Amino acid sequence: MNQLSGVEVAAPSVQSSLREDRVYDAIIIGAGHNGLVTAAYLARAGLDVAVLEKNPHIGGAAVSLSLYEGWTYSNCSYVCSLFRPEIMRDLELYKHGLQIIPYEGGMTMMANGERFHTYYDHNVFRQEIARFSKKDADAYDAYSTAVMKMCRWIKPMLLRTPPDPTSFKPRDIAELLYLGKHFASLGERDMGELVRFFTLSIADFLDEYFETDVVKAHFAGSGIIGTALGPYSPGTAYVLLHHYMGDIDGSVGAWGFARGGMGSVSKALAGAFKSHGGKILCDSEVAQITTQGGACTGVLLTNGNVLRAKKVISNLDVKRTFTKIVKPDVLPENFLRQVNNFKIRGSSGKLNIALGGMPIFDNVPSEHPSLRGDLHFTDSMARMERGYDDWKEGRWSADPYVDMLVPTQIDPTMAPPGKHYMSVFVQYAPPTLSDGRSWDGPARDEFAQTVLNQIASQSPNFRDLVLHYEVRSPWDIERETGLTEGNIFQGELTMDQLIFNRPIPGYAQFRAPVRNLYMCGSSTHPGGGVMGAPGANAAREILRDLSIRNFDPRQEAEI
Amino acid sequence: MNYSMKIKPDTVRVGLKPTPFIDRLRPLNKFESLAYWQGYWSPADFGNPEREYFAIRNTTSVFDLSPMTKYRIKGPQAEAFLQRLMTRNIAKLKPGRVAYTVWCNDEGKVIDDGTLFRLGPQEFRLCCQEHQLFWLLTSAAGFDVSIHDETDEVCGLSLQGPTSYSVLRALGLAAVETLKPFELRDFSFGPGSIMVSRTGFTGDLGYELWCAPGQALPLWDALQSAGRDFGGVEPIGSTALDMARIEAGFIGAHLDFMPADQAVRAGRAASPFELNLEWLVDFNKGHFTGRAALLAEQKAGSKRCLVAVDIEGNKPANHALIYHRKKTEVGHISSGIWSPTAKRNIGLAMLQMPYGKSITSDLWAEIYVMRELKWEKRMAKCTIVKAPFFEPARRRATPPGAY
Ligand SMILES: Cc1cc2nc3c(=O)[nH]c(=O)nc-3n(C[C@H](O)[C@H](O)[C@H](O)COP(=O)(O)OP(=O)(O)OC[C@H]3O[C@@H](n4cnc5c(N)ncnc54)[C@H](O)[C@@H]3O)c2cc1C
Repeated sequence: MNQLSGVEVAAPSVQSSLREDRVYDAIIIGAGHNGLVTAAYLARAGLDVAVLEKNPHIGGAAVSLSLYEGWTYSNCSYVCSLFRPEIMRDLELYKHGLQIIPYEGGMTMMANGERFHTYYDHNVFRQEIARFSKKDADAYDAYSTAVMKMCRWIKPMLLRTPPDPTSFKPRDIAELLYLGKHFASLGERDMGELVRFFTLSIADFLDEYFETDVVKAHFAGSGIIGTALGPYSPGTAYVLLHHYMGDIDGSVGAWGFARGGMGSVSKALAGAFKSHGGKILCDSEVAQITTQGGACTGVLLTNGNVLRAKKVISNLDVKRTFTKIVKPDVLPENFLRQVNNFKIRGSSGKLNIALGGMPIFDNVPSEHPSLRGDLHFTDSMARMERGYDDWKEGRWSADPYVDMLVPTQIDPTMAPPGKHYMSVFVQYAPPTLSDGRSWDGPARDEFAQTVLNQIASQSPNFRDLVLHYEVRSPWDIERETGLTEGNIFQGELTMDQLIFNRPIPGYAQFRAPVRNLYMCGSSTHPGGGVMGAPGANAAREILRDLSIRNFDPRQEAEI
Repeated sequence: MNYSMKIKPDTVRVGLKPTPFIDRLRPLNKFESLAYWQGYWSPADFGNPEREYFAIRNTTSVFDLSPMTKYRIKGPQAEAFLQRLMTRNIAKLKPGRVAYTVWCNDEGKVIDDGTLFRLGPQEFRLCCQEHQLFWLLTSAAGFDVSIHDETDEVCGLSLQGPTSYSVLRALGLAAVETLKPFELRDFSFGPGSIMVSRTGFTGDLGYELWCAPGQALPLWDALQSAGRDFGGVEPIGSTALDMARIEAGFIGAHLDFMPADQAVRAGRAASPFELNLEWLVDFNKGHFTGRAALLAEQKAGSKRCLVAVDIEGNKPANHALIYHRKKTEVGHISSGIWSPTAKRNIGLAMLQMPYGKSITSDLWAEIYVMRELKWEKRMAKCTIVKAPFFEPARRRATPPGAY
């Protein structure tokens, strides 16, 4: 029993690894949520599966740890929307304690003391926008329709394997035809819109609808989260879509909390996996994937143990997998070059804060419903872009964009009664600082103070309530979860790295260029976030290679 | 002469009847969304039924139960009378306990279901959805028992959800942790007392609080402050409650069964067997209304059966017809929702036998979805499963956990 995470994990079993004769059907490297999804599907199909995790706890970036007595933090990811309901249903995750509770609304606290609220009820929200601009209020309808069209288009693709456009295999041709037909179903005008959308900046996209700066800044946040691009950089419009395409119980674009923190997602997946006989070994870092004659045979752990398997699946990002734990000589040169060029820049940090009570914010009535939603301070596009300028210069943003929530107003399990947990996602912070300082020094707390000051500037009692905080720089994120540079999506979400280009053109079907080696992490289609889709897609391809009856990816994606 | 001067205000009231909680609830019902419950002012929702639903499954929800029909049944032969009326063995119900039960007409068809509270050896309270006084008094002929409609004398709040125990403890109810499921007890509150039963319609940890109308508002206010540190005590309407009761696999009058005394058309009323409630029927306890008919049905077999189904896809299947092999109509979904907790599309379905018993596969729900002014039809596969669809361990844990 691992006390830290409250997640039950098997201790690393020396015995099994010493039993030379044991050959697993599949070994998954990494107990991130995608690795666990793949593992659970494979175990459910009857395979003998082990998951190896370097940390003492499971979950990767979907993790809940207790670092301060009485509090549980969602240390990395903190809100849930993208996680595919098909997976929750297939794996019966509710039986293993998973519950996703939607939250509603939010607020941008403007520097001038004004507040821009967002609301669940469409008309209430429209009226709020109308306080700033009546035109914007009406534009919001048009904007919502446009985004909804894109969501409807992208959604059925999430649980499909992208075709290889250069292949003549019947399956690829059929899948390409599907893609073409699906595209054409948009109609001529929206086909053009979609293509444009994939390359637009979020600023340009919002400019087409809105005139009010704070309205734009509020929406633009979703276009830059986790992304090493500024709101004026092409490609950020898609990032917004990536944050909108999820749903909770059919409510598209809604976000919620996993009860008990995001670690509950991983914990439930582990429960499902174990109920099908799967085994998780923590404190088991893979040093190398072993090969023989160009085929993968198992893994070598840093503790010297060797485990053998018929299939090995890496949950690590594509860069880490192929530059750290696969010997370069078994990889095609061209592939390795593209791996090295894979864009996986870190740009985000995180603060997790234990609070002695609910902070008061200036000009916001206490217990206002907006406080239960996502809170921000960036009230203009220029401020947001300046935050990015700092990142380009190798500094954290002096005036960062934050996505701040107090989940304990809704989730009673993460802090003692009357006390609160605050999660503050911070955009932008670079993985290495240009002034040559290490994150492992005063820099980390200076970064934290920048964020704490920003919050305190709008809250008279915030500072007094802070009991403990955890700071995660991109470097801390990389060190713990293994996300290269701390990139939260295991690779940027730009067109050149999406669909049949993800992670690398020609290798979008979850198979590595080494026989019996697969990829299942967020580096693969359809990308990052706590979505589970890459893991499910990889499982489908592996089972296909084993000619085992499979699940139908098309079942219920429609909205 | 001014005639209106002679008319008492209550004799001309047209419109919804207030409950003792209305002064607190009305200002919170910002979207003025009401359900029609026996003519009382009763909220359908407070603006967001999903949020209210999650209060039931995540924190604590509060629902105004006051419109619930309540009868005080007492006297030396109260037990004998109820033994005759109900299908369950009431002699086994001890004072301080509550039982869920149904009662039937002579044809063995269910008139209504409800909860029977045994307040003392000779004293009971019956809580139910429909009005029963006519039936109760008719059935009581020859028994030494008094029956009194106390609907407006007792008001109630249903407090349901994982933190509901924490809230009651914070309210100061002594030893409430020892209250077991289906147990009731009086607790002192303010100048008087309230009755608390560990009962509910949600399949979750929960309690029902009963008090005199004069205590309604103090109780409401005390609950709100007791809940503040536990994620709040969230007012909910009937929409959210209905979602939870379907997940719990509970049936509702006029939803899953037609009360026998109100059914106009032949064959519409249902027996306890058909409603999957055979566990409520005790043939060994002696005579009760409907016994002969139910014995005959047990022998001959029932015509229909209520089953729990898992329905493919994510479109709620409420009221959908069910077909075998997509061809033969064999029943319908009486209650259907997308379950936000089980993440399944669930329903209760009434099927013509032998479908549902010996023929359980190849069943399809015909679902119509209105999408931007166009009906779209889906044939969704139904799999018969076991109810409840969601049953957390906390429902039965004594003492309950903090959350
Ligand atoms: C700060 C932060 C905030 C985020 N916020 C959100 C959010 O709110 N909502 C959302 O949907 N998404 C969010 N994300 C993104 C999301 O969390 C990730 O994209 C997702 O969790 C990645 O999952 P994965 O399974 O693909 O990989 P990972 O979670 O990266 O899992 C990889 C696993 O492999 C293990 N590992 C690494 N190397 C080895 C080795 N050599 N041997 C054995 N094991 C190894 C790691 O420890 C880890 O457990 C956030 C991410 C971060 C970092």
